[in-house]
Amino acid sequence: MAIVERPTAPLELPPGTAVTTRPLGVFTRPQATTGWRSWLTTIDHKRIGIMYGAAASFFFLLGGIEALLIRAQLAAPGQKLYSADLYNQIFTMHGVTMIFLVVIPLGAAFMNYVMPLQIGARDVAFPRLNAFSLWLFLFGGLFLNTSWFLGGGADGGWFAYAPNTGVTFSPSHGMDFYALGLQMTGIASLAGAINLVVTVLNLRAPGMTLMKMPVFTWMGLVTQLLLVFALPVLSVALFLLTFDRLFDANFFNVSAGADPLLWEHLFWIFGHPEVYILILPAFGIVSDIIPVFSRKPLFGYPFVVFSGIAIGFMGWGVWAHHMFSSGLGPISVAAFALSTMFIAVPTGVKILNWMATMWGGRLRFTTPMLFAIGLVTMFTIGGLSGVTHAVAPADTQQTDTYYIVAHFHYVLFGGALMGFLGGLYYWWPKAFGFMLNEKLGKWNFWLTLIGFNLTFGPMHILGLQGMPRRISTYAEGFGFEFWNAVATAGAFFIAVAMLVLVANVWVSWRAHRADPVDPGPDPWDARTLEWSVQSPTPTHNFDAVPTVSHLDEVWHRKYEENAEGKVVRIASGAEVAQPGDGTGVHLPSPSYWPLVMAAALPLIGYGLIFNLAFAAVGGVLVLLAAFGLGMEPADDPEAQHGPAGEGHGNGHAEDTDESADEGADGEEAGGEAVPAVTGASTAADRTPEEGSTDG
Amino acid sequence: MADTVVHEAPTAAPHAGPAAVHGPSHATSTGLSNTKLAMWVFLGSDCLLFGGLISTYLLLRHRVPPGQGPGPTDVFDIPFTSVSSFVLLFSSLTMALAVGAIHRGDERRCRTFLLTTALLGALFVGGQAYEFTVFVREGLGYTTNIFGSAFYTLTGFHGTHVSVGIMFLLGLFILSLRGRLGVERAETVEIFGLYWHFVDIVWILIFTVVYLIP
Repeated sequence: MAIVERPTAPLELPPGTAVTTRPLGVFTRPQATTGWRSWLTTIDHKRIGIMYGAAASFFFLLGGIEALLIRAQLAAPGQKLYSADLYNQIFTMHGVTMIFLVVIPLGAAFMNYVMPLQIGARDVAFPRLNAFSLWLFLFGGLFLNTSWFLGGGADGGWFAYAPNTGVTFSPSHGMDFYALGLQMTGIASLAGAINLVVTVLNLRAPGMTLMKMPVFTWMGLVTQLLLVFALPVLSVALFLLTFDRLFDANFFNVSAGADPLLWEHLFWIFGHPEVYILILPAFGIVSDIIPVFSRKPLFGYPFVVFSGIAIGFMGWGVWAHHMFSSGLGPISVAAFALSTMFIAVPTGVKILNWMATMWGGRLRFTTPMLFAIGLVTMFTIGGLSGVTHAVAPADTQQTDTYYIVAHFHYVLFGGALMGFLGGLYYWWPKAFGFMLNEKLGKWNFWLTLIGFNLTFGPMHILGLQGMPRRISTYAEGFGFEFWNAVATAGAFFIAVAMLVLVANVWVSWRAHRADPVDPGPDPWDARTLEWSVQSPTPTHNFDAVPTVSHLDEVWHRKYEENAEGKVVRIASGAEVAQPGDGTGVHLPSPSYWPLVMAAALPLIGYGLIFNLAFAAVGGVLVLLAAFGLGMEPADDPEAQHGPAGEGHGNGHAEDTDESADEGADGEEAGGEAVPAVTGASTAADRTPEEGSTDG
Repeated sequence: MADTVVHEAPTAAPHAGPAAVHGPSHATSTGLSNTKLAMWVFLGSDCLLFGGLISTYLLLRHRVPPGQGPGPTDVFDIPFTSVSSFVLLFSSLTMALAVGAIHRGDERRCRTFLLTTALLGALFVGGQAYEFTVFVREGLGYTTNIFGSAFYTLTGFHGTHVSVGIMFLLGLFILSLRGRLGVERAETVEIFGLYWHFVDIVWILIFTVVYLIP
């Protein structure tokens, strides 16, 4: 009963029928489990999550350099460090990079690493599709950035209003790279989103009902559903723009009867759900962090979950508040102004819940907690300035001023990025097996907070004074000088804060190398399932899939009410954790095809822009890879199953599935499987019967 | 609760045989297999792709300024397109018969119906290609006017969906020829069937919106 995960059906084919599963593809399955090759072909959700994070950090560096260039140019009036044309490219690429190549993939990084662990799964539902998403995101991002060397970057702003982005007004190839590059990262996100939605819905451990899922998993699910439905609308808009630019279609050709509002509607129908796609993962992260460091359960868990779902639905009905100044007519403006004010309610519910969680808790001000509180406070400021945009007359005044820039940096930097930095400090020991330095972490936090407010706080004032965004310089005498200088100083402050983060990783790693200190499975005395496995997470995640009976399952295994009704600790985190020596886990095999397929799509992109021959080659490769992926069995029955527990990089744990395993290693495997079985049954025994208290 | 029950081994029994194609997990929380759930989610997403394209078409079709070439009322040959629409809808029937056959374990009949479906799909795409050539000859190119751009893009995206479906069908057919599409993979055929029916339903919508509504 305990290990209910194990099916009676054989995990692999009986020996006699093995011949029928020979892949039609041309590659033999990759075998490497260590070294760089293994990272290229890996389909382990943890490694993919780490690579998502690394790739997003690289793009964060690019976007950050672009931000510093912008601020350097605007530091003083009348400066001309570089041309206005280059300025257009830099601010466009800064926005595109930060939104599509940093914040979305950071959400994907945390979802990939943490979510399967939080629901007690061994991997995501489609591991090879997951690898494809990662590589296509990376290659799409690189494709977009190669535009710098091939005639200049995109220059139409991150929302790229057509017809302003047509060939007439934007003759370089920058916008082509924008449209095709975002198409690729969009496909990557869509594939990832479908994968993660199926994972959350289908691969939950026994007993984990939807209302026992950790909030991060919940918010991730809402985010991925938003992506599933929002991305195709962006795809349509980008296709239309691409066809206009490359094949002379007439979608945005006003002299042929086009309506310039078409792009705005399509883009913002995607673009406003996108805003919640960016912020909800961070909301999920702080909803997990704050209870841990307040030593209290999350206040009003169902409210936090349902307000997240409400945001997911209402996010579809507010897009036109980005277009108040475009002449929609009073009825549309009034309707969208109202819906925009309403959407502040579920967000406010969350903020209240976080504060009520902290209220009366025994707070521990660790670095993750500081960043989480940073999100709550800074996002509140950004949220309030957002509500002012719902007031249409005021918004008409503020449109395209620095007030807007201030607002969305408060929600995206002060909100999303603060949450991700908190998540980084929180889950770092789980991913890498050592803690980040707390002292440097606190320096990191305070420098970020101060630098952030110095940079973006003054922009509220500048915007209200009437400074338009997207101008490459400004004249003296408007009163813009002082606050622009402050903002530029603040931007370099943030750069220093990010260097502290890099230094922290380096210093902590060196310290760990010199004198390894095992953080243990549960360094923070945390509440959710990812803390019931060893740090770093074993390749196979769980020795035995846990049976869940509570929200905050791990906390309930560690604490209990005694006879007087007081909560007392009954076990340490190390005691309830699985030993990580599990065997009998058959993991999916690595594959080359995701890499091939992802590499072929940029080839199509270059081909469409420069020479259709490349596109033809890319198309053939995509077709080949699609068939290769389809024909290759997700599990290679002939894969070598090395012993488990040889470190982080193992491709395989020992296959001990009894019914399938009639061969040589049955004996030792049978012996090894015993601890896993007992571990799971004790966990199941300890959990009380009334499992559905919060269901 | 039900959640614990679905993880019991017996639910995995329908996937017996080469269950390996379903990945490392064999029983799911919802009871739907991963691939089937993924297909449903993908189709939900695809709805919005066509939603965007159809809205674009509806917005733009009557905006052709005078003197910029033919509009919707000038080119359509409704009887011809009705026949090709019927061909496509008929392919849904043969697809359903293929799914039924494989569930009964009748591989030979499944193979026949898969090929028939592919041929009917190809006939539809051929009809579309013919229709496009006629329109071009009548003076409606892709770049002629805004109606042309919107029309060819919308119907072209649908035709691409059908063509991708045909390639999948041929893939399934080859698998079946090699004896690798037995009753244990019936769900694969069924999931592909979801896609095929979806593409047909979208065509009903496009046919109505583009051709029938003046």
